[in-house]
Amino acid sequence: MIRIRGLTKRFGDTTVLDAIDLDIEAGERVVVIGPSGTGKSTLLRCLNFLDRPEAGSIAIGDVEVDAARASKKDILALRRATSFVFQNYALFANKTAKENIMEALVIVQGQPRQQAEQRALDVLAETGLAEKADSYPAALSGGQQQRVGIGRAMAIGADLMMFDEPTSALDPEWVGEVLDLMRRVAERRQTMLIVTHEMQFAREIADRILFMEGGRIVEDGPPAQILDAPRDARLKQFLRRVA
Amino acid sequence: MRALDLDYMLGLVPVILGYVPLTLFMAVAGMICALVLASLMAVERVIKVPGLDWLVILFISFFRGTPLLVQLFLFYYGLPQVFAFLTQIDGVTAAIMGLTLHFSAYMAEAIRAAITGVDRSQWEAAQSIGMTQAQMMRRIVLPQAARIAAPTLVNYFIDMIKGTSLAFTLGVTEMMGAAQKEAAGSFLYFEAFLVVALIYWIMVELLNQGQKVLETYLNKAYAR
Repeated sequence: MIRIRGLTKRFGDTTVLDAIDLDIEAGERVVVIGPSGTGKSTLLRCLNFLDRPEAGSIAIGDVEVDAARASKKDILALRRATSFVFQNYALFANKTAKENIMEALVIVQGQPRQQAEQRALDVLAETGLAEKADSYPAALSGGQQQRVGIGRAMAIGADLMMFDEPTSALDPEWVGEVLDLMRRVAERRQTMLIVTHEMQFAREIADRILFMEGGRIVEDGPPAQILDAPRDARLKQFLRRVA
Repeated sequence: MRALDLDYMLGLVPVILGYVPLTLFMAVAGMICALVLASLMAVERVIKVPGLDWLVILFISFFRGTPLLVQLFLFYYGLPQVFAFLTQIDGVTAAIMGLTLHFSAYMAEAIRAAITGVDRSQWEAAQSIGMTQAQMMRRIVLPQAARIAAPTLVNYFIDMIKGTSLAFTLGVTEMMGAAQKEAAGSFLYFEAFLVVALIYWIMVELLNQGQKVLETYLNKAYAR
């Protein structure tokens, strides 16, 4: 269960997130759509303080943080309750695929090495990359790197998995395999918050779609309502453009 | 012009080689201490610890801004007049301390630049999985910075090996001191110092080969 109240982020004079309120139920799969520069990525990044919000509160699972006076400890707790998949994969360049997944388990969660290694190998098998366990990121294709990136986020077992445009940096040939893996994650009723421009994919897996514009959530509803019966004029215009 | 006394030179080689271990000891000890000190200062310069930052800036400025020989004299001959307990420090220890302080200032800047050269996404990924700042530095950022800084740091190590010859001026009999003593007896200064020069040169060349091995090792994660 995730509860966000009044989440506000400014870059200089620009308000990128304008007092966002959002509730997400456990197991809900929420997709965020909208024109670029409307705060979709910033929303995700603020939820684990990669960007620091100025105001508002964030509650994820047992962790509750008041943005205005978040301590280092609060921020770590929030980050450990979430996992993040980056647009540019952001695999640790000095670690193999297996080590990328083990890192959070051993160093952050304090799991025994052997247990973490087994978990990493299991996750790699699920992502179809068992034979790439000992490969470094530089030796993997974009699609493979992003699958490891998703595996790294899966292994953590976080309350909330966030995906920041996970296919936007990929060559078209790799998009399918990454979306397939995300579908499999979604099937387990993992709570997911996904920023994407893949409308067909959003329609398939989302319980809810949020349309963001100008740092606000303008429309919020099930895919059929948002995509087939949009009410807001800006959403209608956006859908016409991406169609 | 007279001919080189090659027999004398060949005879001198084993004598001077006998002092190579001392030279390497001073250089390696100085390098290890300097690496530790430089890494700490570099991390401080990146994350800027309040109250400590100005001290590190001052330290780096002083040790880059004054000659190594002046620093060595200041420590070995000067400071004991001010602090009595320093009179017990021998020339080798003083040389190692001087080399450490001097080179750590340069290396701190090289490592700082390398740290800022590590891609921002690497920092964010480490943060996103909930690493503390210390874990992120130790596990992700510094190992990648090491690869970027390696060629520069090897250069400083070479400089440091050559810098150990200044220990001679603190009364340490190392390669240079030994050659000086030999030549004082034989008057064959050119031969004696030429042997020293050649041995330094060979040592540095061997190190350059070692650098290639090191770089291959550090680049193994980046091979396509």
